[in-house]
Amino acid sequence: MRFLTALALTAITSASAFATPLVGQPTDGGLGLQPAATPIMERVHAFHDILLWIIVPITLFVMGLLAWIIIKYRAKANPTPAKFSHNTTLEVIWTAIPVAILIFIAVFSFPLLYFQDEIPEADMTIKATGYQWYWGYEYPDHGVEEYASTMVAEADLREGQPRNLAVDQPIVVPVNTTVRLQVVAADVIHNWAMPAFGTKMDAIPGRINETWFRVEQEGTYYGQCSELCGVRHSFMPIEVHVVSQDVFDRWIAMVSEDPYSADAYQLIAENTAARDTRLAQLDQ
Amino acid sequence: MSADAATHDDHTPSLWSWKRWVYSTNHKDIGTMYLIFAIFAGIIGGAMSGLIRWELAEPGLQVFNNETQLFGMLTLGNEHNYNVVTTMHGLIMIFFMVMPAMIGGFGNWFVPLMIGAPDMAFPRMNNISFWLLPAAFGLAFISLFVPGSGAGDGFGGGWVLYPPLSTTGHSGPAMDLLILSLHIAGVSSILGAINFITTIFNMRAPGMTLHKMPLFVWSILVTVFLLLLSLPVLAGALTMLLTDRNFGTAFFDPAGGGDPVMFQHLFWFFGHPEVYILILPGFGIISHIVSTFSRKPIFGYLGMAYAMVAIGFIGFIVWAHHMYTVGMPVDLKAYFVAATMVIAVPTGIKIFSWIATMWGGSIEFRTPMMWAVGFIFLFTVGGVTGVVLANAGVDQSLHDTYYVVAHFHYVLSLGAVFAIFAGWYYWFEKIFGVKYNSILARAQFWFFFIGANVIFFPQHFLGLQGMPRRYVDYADGFAYWNMVSSIGYLIMAFGMLLFFAVLIEAMISRRKADANPWGEGATTLEWTLSSPPPFHQFNELPKIK
Repeated sequence: MRFLTALALTAITSASAFATPLVGQPTDGGLGLQPAATPIMERVHAFHDILLWIIVPITLFVMGLLAWIIIKYRAKANPTPAKFSHNTTLEVIWTAIPVAILIFIAVFSFPLLYFQDEIPEADMTIKATGYQWYWGYEYPDHGVEEYASTMVAEADLREGQPRNLAVDQPIVVPVNTTVRLQVVAADVIHNWAMPAFGTKMDAIPGRINETWFRVEQEGTYYGQCSELCGVRHSFMPIEVHVVSQDVFDRWIAMVSEDPYSADAYQLIAENTAARDTRLAQLDQ
Repeated sequence: MSADAATHDDHTPSLWSWKRWVYSTNHKDIGTMYLIFAIFAGIIGGAMSGLIRWELAEPGLQVFNNETQLFGMLTLGNEHNYNVVTTMHGLIMIFFMVMPAMIGGFGNWFVPLMIGAPDMAFPRMNNISFWLLPAAFGLAFISLFVPGSGAGDGFGGGWVLYPPLSTTGHSGPAMDLLILSLHIAGVSSILGAINFITTIFNMRAPGMTLHKMPLFVWSILVTVFLLLLSLPVLAGALTMLLTDRNFGTAFFDPAGGGDPVMFQHLFWFFGHPEVYILILPGFGIISHIVSTFSRKPIFGYLGMAYAMVAIGFIGFIVWAHHMYTVGMPVDLKAYFVAATMVIAVPTGIKIFSWIATMWGGSIEFRTPMMWAVGFIFLFTVGGVTGVVLANAGVDQSLHDTYYVVAHFHYVLSLGAVFAIFAGWYYWFEKIFGVKYNSILARAQFWFFFIGANVIFFPQHFLGLQGMPRRYVDYADGFAYWNMVSSIGYLIMAFGMLLFFAVLIEAMISRRKADANPWGEGATTLEWTLSSPPPFHQFNELPKIK
């Protein structure tokens, strides 16, 4: 009984969480994709919505047919079985309709695939290197040498930093800027994944993979390594700060001198705090 | 002379003679051993999934933290050991539970019976096929206790064995033992496949043409062809891993001109047919059950048979849809999207044909039928999420998340396993010659049906929210649905206890089973024999009209 009460309580308390999806990180009890921050992810959302409108009715249709059979064709309700075992028309229909549905899906699927894959004229480049078990980031266009980005241990978390997602040295990019991301690994295969961007790219030793993103909203976004890479696979998260061009310019000037500059870190932290306060005031 | 021969043939060896089992050349005895082996492996693999759900019940490290003790005596180690457990859960369930149960167990038992043959074509090869499997399992089990990576014992690189994590990432002998284990399991399956192909092509009773063959036999025929064609590719890839690890080759090492992605291509050229190997015999089992209890012939028999052939063929040309994020050229991805979506067509034909078989029937919802109807619904859910994942554009978001975990457990844990239990309760009385308690067996069905859905349905939500697979500890935003999923495990585990209760109750009370407990709907040849069938059957071949 205590168990059932606990279950009911969990259900009620978390139901409130369904209402406000967080941006850039998972929402507890959330049901769908994370809110989109890039044109790619907006298209993924739209396409996934179409797919849901197809697969849910199909599942309900099959469920309905089974329910109908269970009620109508029970031995009690229907003592003498029919004897038919062929119906060419029906067989042609249930081959042709799925083909039509799949073609309909493909019409939306292929444009998305090509949109993701064809990298537009990029404004800047970031190189991410996967290590066991942290990420190294480099800004070759700005002369920023590689710096290590490691997860913040639970004991060292600051106010507002989510556990297992926050890192000590995040990536910083300007808003509304097309970023070319080059991904490579130094030891085993890793994967640079950022759910809010719709980005997921394997980091493989010996080959450079390229992808892109263009974030349209300032904010802090979190992602995680998505290819099993060993003991601390769960603990090499990705944190991206999307800031105004002005803040980015000041930040990049500091990190080109010293990637681990405390001032640069302070600048981003203050900027984030200011934005959070602003958003909190807007909410009120 | 004939009297002598008859007495000799009737002589069934004692149940307790070890020679009967170790030296067995009898397809029914070997089938029974496969089933028992699958149950043992299933207990171990299922216990491992319990550790996984226990660890993931809450954020933080509950189990794999070097402190928590199991039964107050042994600690389960660190995050490495969690990876070992997920890896071995996958390998055991695939190679040592589902495959032995479906192909070795039901295949051995019912292919000869259904085609009217006295035994398999190569009875001694059948013996070695089985006995290689405990050897393979032994090697895999030993690998748990020898050094894997620097972080602990066992191999924790996932069942897909991707290098460099499986080469330089796990330099200890655990991975070598695992490679040898899979080699031996592969040899076992290839020998079994040769045996089934020969049996089905050459030993059908007079009059049983391929187009009159029961659908279960069709499903096994397609399955063993997939095994025969895909396992050698795995063997090649495993051998290259072995030489990369031990003899200085560099097939998968970029520093020596190799490519880690090549392993993925080889692995999935085997791996995708492999997942169809796991489910195809289930299609056959479900067809028989649906037809038997609806008291109607299978709807669209030929369409059903050739849908399986089509699924088997397409299964070989879609492998890279497991690899959408490795950085393939976009046109290549587009091809794999198109080819993968095509699979939905023959699968749809199967689902609708089962429904049409039931349509107009006079259906008795006895235990096997409940499992079969449960299978059809759950396989549909797993099938439609497969169509979602086929689209590389969306897969970019869902690849390697819990959405994928939910998808493949809906088709395997809820598909293949439901088909196995459907077959188990359909043929239980034929195999063991005793009746089971159908109230307990139905209770098991409901606990499984509810439990499995509570475990795996919320994992779709976790995947959409972005929770990656193979994580020992997750961000707090994933806590709620993980807790729900772990509660589901408890429900399903209780169902598993009921399974053993059914088994033990039936063995103790020993109610003598009838030759055909299902009535006029059961039309295949195994129901013409006693339960259990004689030690050697069909000394005179039945004639099929």
